[in-house]
Amino acid sequence: MKGGKRGLMLISSALSLSLLFGCAGGGQSSEPGSPETGEAGENAKTVISVTFRDDGIGENGAFYKWLKEVSASYPNPDVEIKPTPIQASEGDYFAKVALALKSTETAPDIVTEDTFILNSDASAGYLEPLDDRLQDWEDWNNGSFIEAMKKGVTASDGKVYGVPYNTDSRGLWYNKEIFKQVGLPEDWQPKSWEEVLNAARTIKEQAPDIVPIWMNMGKATGEATSMQTYEMLLYGTGERLYDDASGKWIIKSQGILDALGFVETVNKEGLGPPLSKVLNGQAGNTASREYLPQGKLAISLDGSWITGNYLETGAAPWPEYKDVLGFAPMPTSEGQPPGSITLAGGWALSIPSNSKNKDEAWEFIKYALNKDNTQKLVTSSGNITVRTDVAKDPGYTQMPFNEIATAYLQNADFRPSQEKYPEVSTQIQTMVEAVATGTSPQDAMNKYAQDVTRIVGADNVVEK
Amino acid sequence: MSSLTIGSQKPKRSTYTWLFFLLPSVAIMLVFFIYPILLTFFYSFTNLALTGEAARELKFVGLDNYARMFQDPTVKVSIWNTLVFLIGSAVIGQQVLGFLIALLMKQRNRTFRRVIGTIVLAGWVTPEIVCALCLYSFFGDDGTLNAIITSFGFSEVTWLFTVPMLTVILANIWHGTAFSMMVFQAALDDVPSEIEEAAVVDGASKWKIFTSIIIPYIKGSITTNAMLVTLQTLGVFGLIYAMTGGGPGNSTMTLPIFMYNQAFVNYQLGYGTAISLLLLLIGIVLSLLYIRSMKE
Repeated sequence: MKGGKRGLMLISSALSLSLLFGCAGGGQSSEPGSPETGEAGENAKTVISVTFRDDGIGENGAFYKWLKEVSASYPNPDVEIKPTPIQASEGDYFAKVALALKSTETAPDIVTEDTFILNSDASAGYLEPLDDRLQDWEDWNNGSFIEAMKKGVTASDGKVYGVPYNTDSRGLWYNKEIFKQVGLPEDWQPKSWEEVLNAARTIKEQAPDIVPIWMNMGKATGEATSMQTYEMLLYGTGERLYDDASGKWIIKSQGILDALGFVETVNKEGLGPPLSKVLNGQAGNTASREYLPQGKLAISLDGSWITGNYLETGAAPWPEYKDVLGFAPMPTSEGQPPGSITLAGGWALSIPSNSKNKDEAWEFIKYALNKDNTQKLVTSSGNITVRTDVAKDPGYTQMPFNEIATAYLQNADFRPSQEKYPEVSTQIQTMVEAVATGTSPQDAMNKYAQDVTRIVGADNVVEK
Repeated sequence: MSSLTIGSQKPKRSTYTWLFFLLPSVAIMLVFFIYPILLTFFYSFTNLALTGEAARELKFVGLDNYARMFQDPTVKVSIWNTLVFLIGSAVIGQQVLGFLIALLMKQRNRTFRRVIGTIVLAGWVTPEIVCALCLYSFFGDDGTLNAIITSFGFSEVTWLFTVPMLTVILANIWHGTAFSMMVFQAALDDVPSEIEEAAVVDGASKWKIFTSIIIPYIKGSITTNAMLVTLQTLGVFGLIYAMTGGGPGNSTMTLPIFMYNQAFVNYQLGYGTAISLLLLLIGIVLSLLYIRSMKE
């Protein structure tokens, strides 16, 4: 009896110990993103892992399909391209990538980086500067890339950390059928904010069941609130987030008040969507995949990529979108020069510092982002191109809205390439949501000023 | 004589054997519990970040993270929300409801107990995230609740937007009540029926039996249960994150959500760990209060 008890105890302690080491062993096994070489032997292939975001549709995603296609046609037989997607929301993707890039065990060989986080990841030392390699790449130096787009992949230290593969512009999507129904011009070109608001007022009066104008205004929509809504408004007043000359963040200004005033007017006059729909993480999709195609929304301040949803392969196929939708430029506040404004973002391919196959990765990037392959990617995903040669190609320009969206890039502005931007951006979202839910612009701006000062330090802020 | 020798050997052996058998659990505690806490404590004094300049170079920043925490108005809001959520869903909701169900089920027939018990348990065995999705679709704008009330001619209510804290509190009550119910069931079954019968013979009213016999008898279970559900509820993240994301505004921003936002949305891991220590501190203080009240 006694012996039995002792045996039991021994077994259980052995089991708990094995559990302990079992866990430790588990931690050492290679992660999906880890670089590894193929089967040992004479024909060992170098495996290049490519990490990108999968928003939940897996192998049907545009990037996934494109990567499969490009790797199948990649002429180097010694290299195998391995997709290692990260399934995550946009916000979580950046955190997961940062964690993966920290270690040689988990870092992929190529990673897709949003230009908004690229500077932070570069400052963290996660990415490999590409300047030396770019010097010898003809495409980079012969004007094939739109010069302004190189700004988006250049970090604050002046070095280039990625090759851009797509970009986007922002403007006012509107439903021509609704416009016709309420007596507004089908070829709508508003010249000032007042004209935008007046159009919304007309729609509210004539078609009360339709949401006049949608802008993302919640914290839950993250960067979409900062960039598509607030920065489009703020930059339209002539103001900026960050004063490049003095190197300081602008925390109080008339421009901020005006931008918030627009948000206030939309909500006070009931021109926007119900707050329960817009202060919600799904708000962006609700607008582009439901309200707009179903004719329940007249104007949407959003990005050029939303048409990607309407393609046959998209999330909400809508073949009529070419005829029903219009894409008007977002005017400056009072129509002052340059007349309209857009912000551009976009994505790039970068090589992590912890990659073990940097040379092979670079060779693949050059191939994957040549003219033909870039064109395939942007047309299948509904994005716009960063290459001048693709922009001129009939295969690209025949896609609806591509030409307009690319043309808007002429006045494009970028988000400050400051590593504190992601944190400041969350304060912007808090500020915009506060105004949308009834706080006065003045109070919201004061709180923003306090919070940003806390984040960047009192020496790095300025009031205008 | 021989018995004496055995007697002197016995304690000698057990001094070492208890240590030996304790070793695995101590090792597990050290690696998975003590070490992470010490590490968290250490990181809360650094500028540890997920990305940006700070990620390259770990620096000691002294009490900066703590100073920032006490200046940050959102921390105050989060502490308040955490307490509201805790008292509403755990201390009052789960405890009282769990107790009432257990009391009503006492001395009922087996079928009744089984059916009711299974229904209540369903909420508890459902994984947190599944539970969150169920209740999200229940309270959502086009959800079940609105479908029910509109069919009676009332107008739709945007529950998750108008009364977000109430919805997450109700969700947590639905999810967690079964635990309290089981604890109280076991405790109530232990109350000897002879004492109750004697009280009835003495002419005590039901209320008197309840307050003078049942409650004092199960007092220990009440405090233990209160402590357990409090600690469970303090750490609730998935339920709130999936239902409201801490919003709208900061109206359901509890400390775990705030910590997550700082660490993985703003990439400030150092600040995030400082907040997690605040959460740990609140947990310790509450546990001590419970333990003290148990001793009295």
